[in-house]
Amino acid sequence: MASEASMSAEETINISDRLKRLFIRLGILPFLLVIAVIVFSLMSDNFLTGRNLMNVLRQSVYLTIVSLGQMLALLTGGFDLSVGTIVALSSVVGALAMASTFAMMPDLVWLAILVGFVSGVLAGTAIGVVNGIGVSLFNVSPFMMSLGMASVGFGIALYLTGGVPVYGMPQSFGDVFGFGTFFTIPVPVYVAAIIILCLYLFLNWTPFGRYFYAVGGNIKAAGLSGINTRATLFWTYVFCAALAAVAGMLLTARLDTGEANIGASMPLESIAACVIAGVSLRGGVGRVENVVLGALFIGLVQNGMNLARIESYLQTVVLGALLILAVIADQIRLRYVASLKN
Amino acid sequence: MSSQDINEGAHPRDAHPLLQACNISKQFPGVKALDGVDFDLRAGEVHILFGENGAGKSTLISMIAGANTPTEGEFKFNGAPVQLNSVHEARTLGISAVFQEFSLIPQMSVEENLFLGAETTSSGILQKGALRRRAAEILDDLDFQLPVNVPVDRLTRAEQQMVEIAKAFRSELSVLILDEPTASLTQHETEQLFRLIARLKADGVGIIYITHRMSEIRRIGDRITILRDGHYIDTVDAETTSEDELVRLMTGRVVGQIFPTIKFDPQQTLLDVHDLKTTDNGVRGASLTVRRGEIVGLAGLVGSGKSKFAQACFGARAISSGSVTFKDDDVTGLSTRKMLDRRFLYLPSDRKNDGLMMMRPVRENISLTSLVSQPVSNGLFLNATGESRMAQSLAERLHLAPMRIERTIEHFSGGNQQKAMLARSLTREFDLIAFDEPTVGVDVGTRAAIYSFIAELCEAGAAILLISSDLPEILNLSNRAYVFYRGQVQAELLGEEITEENVLKHFFEREAA
Repeated sequence: MASEASMSAEETINISDRLKRLFIRLGILPFLLVIAVIVFSLMSDNFLTGRNLMNVLRQSVYLTIVSLGQMLALLTGGFDLSVGTIVALSSVVGALAMASTFAMMPDLVWLAILVGFVSGVLAGTAIGVVNGIGVSLFNVSPFMMSLGMASVGFGIALYLTGGVPVYGMPQSFGDVFGFGTFFTIPVPVYVAAIIILCLYLFLNWTPFGRYFYAVGGNIKAAGLSGINTRATLFWTYVFCAALAAVAGMLLTARLDTGEANIGASMPLESIAACVIAGVSLRGGVGRVENVVLGALFIGLVQNGMNLARIESYLQTVVLGALLILAVIADQIRLRYVASLKN
Repeated sequence: MSSQDINEGAHPRDAHPLLQACNISKQFPGVKALDGVDFDLRAGEVHILFGENGAGKSTLISMIAGANTPTEGEFKFNGAPVQLNSVHEARTLGISAVFQEFSLIPQMSVEENLFLGAETTSSGILQKGALRRRAAEILDDLDFQLPVNVPVDRLTRAEQQMVEIAKAFRSELSVLILDEPTASLTQHETEQLFRLIARLKADGVGIIYITHRMSEIRRIGDRITILRDGHYIDTVDAETTSEDELVRLMTGRVVGQIFPTIKFDPQQTLLDVHDLKTTDNGVRGASLTVRRGEIVGLAGLVGSGKSKFAQACFGARAISSGSVTFKDDDVTGLSTRKMLDRRFLYLPSDRKNDGLMMMRPVRENISLTSLVSQPVSNGLFLNATGESRMAQSLAERLHLAPMRIERTIEHFSGGNQQKAMLARSLTREFDLIAFDEPTVGVDVGTRAAIYSFIAELCEAGAAILLISSDLPEILNLSNRAYVFYRGQVQAELLGEEITEENVLKHFFEREAA
């Protein structure tokens, strides 16, 4: 009897030890995902259905794409607070360009869509170019640079529209890129999948991708190893902005209007998605697949809270709390790692 | 300081143990860092802790300083058991430690750093005048020439080290722990430190001293305790134990010669630098040449410009005038990338700050300089198998321990981190490799491995630039040596001329003049 009791005590230690090791290896995200799924399926019967999960996937596309860009900035040891503005500016500029091209040439629907899409992405990317120049060439801290550009971009978006939504885009834009499906899977999900795949290949299988980790890992060592650190930093913010701009155009298709007021929650949510996914705020550590999971997790929590009829104001509270929880968990993890050391 | 006091330290049989560590063990998850270690420190002695990187020296002193607590065993202070659960508790007993990693706030001034956490106040208000007077007193007492109101980040590393040491003196001292304190000190500052240690001994302070340098052990040590793999090996008398004996105790085996014999076969000139000046004035008109198949030593004090000189040649520091010719091409001011493509590699001295990505695996740290060349990539895409295979074979060649190339590099000991960084010189073919302080903070066993590694590279036909503040390295390894002084080449010494006396003479020549 006594030996059995000691056996089970040993097993408990074993399990907690194994959980600890799992936590060190994977971070907080898998635990949060499991907890979220259990809690929300208890709170609502509709949560764990194929239809709802597809819904989560579609809704999470925009945040996923923005978070991937944010991850690049975090990898190099910075961050980008202007992603929200970039979403808004690309939406406004893209919608304006698309609507006016469409008005001029009503027959060439796809040309209008192309022109609109490209101008929107270029406008958003322009913000990233400025961010990149400031950070890489003038050593402005990413915090100040992207905060400043967030204000500049938001101002331009409001100025261009007078604060009114932009209408007049061709119907097919929204039909295809907003609501379209292909083999029952929404079109935006395909776009996100392509981006995820390309970024995964880029970061893990090309030397240039490795440079992002090197610059964030130790910028001096990277410089002494022949890596052009300024160029890497510059492209970080350009890529980040380009991704946010694509998300902005997809969101525009979904809304059917160009809006200056979208994307305000993007900086917080994208950083939260990355941090929950184990991207280090000190740079140099982070994985594409985890960030995708992180963004999906946030989408899942928002969806679950909607189904559970939690007020949207309270949802904001939950999100902020989750972000802080993730950072605390990361610190605890580092402490465990340090205790394993030596 | 009379010689009698030193003798008292050397024959301390009747002295009572000031601090005793009894059967100390420290278990970290998965690893036993210390296993039943005994240690005792007498008042007025310098007790050297000796052992390879990762032998448990740092763990032991961190527990004595109260930064860590033992899993088993106890400490006795003046014969009575004590708990050393925090740095503060250790401080109240007069135990102070100067670690290799500084605990200074860079933006704060010297005096603010000196009294951080122990500020004098009067009804909650800082007594700035009193603090400043006290700081000046302490520095004066130590004979450290430091400005008290300058932010610490404007000081050199050696000066910061002095501030760190001075911090230990702000209150009554009974035990002083020094972890490789001379690593970044100049000769002059080292002398000052040794004088200070002698004075402390006379005052009955017990000193625990960690060093890898044999000359220092001879100079100031009274007893030596050797640790190996977390075990207590032996405590020996510093005066009567031979160097070979110490190395044998430390490594558990007989290590032959630390320095290899190298066959030099100098051929054509690879690097020809003429009157080089840098914009930061660290180098002020230096010229030298390096040939294939030889090791050229750059000696000089810390801050004499020898590192900056190599960095400027490599394109990592801005050049204001002069020319750098590499393989008959003018390469003055080219980027580091272009220099690497021309097969010139510089490996920095400060592996933590300038060399390694601490949170990345060993494999990525090894391949960092060769990401665009075979076998790591075809220029466009990385080749994971090629990269792993290369990293693995280099790790095996350099005997990385533990042999796990996917492990994050920060979890390796200093010596093994250094090996991983030096492995970069083999990731592709280099014609000229500049090693900047290749054995800083590295134990004797690893040291010997690094030396023979450098020798092999040289004998295979590469040109080696060896920048070192460790004189024996220059004396034993280089074919020719240049002595730097204040950013200029003070002397060029050939073969037999490279003696301690000759080199040292040029360290200070102009100061004397």
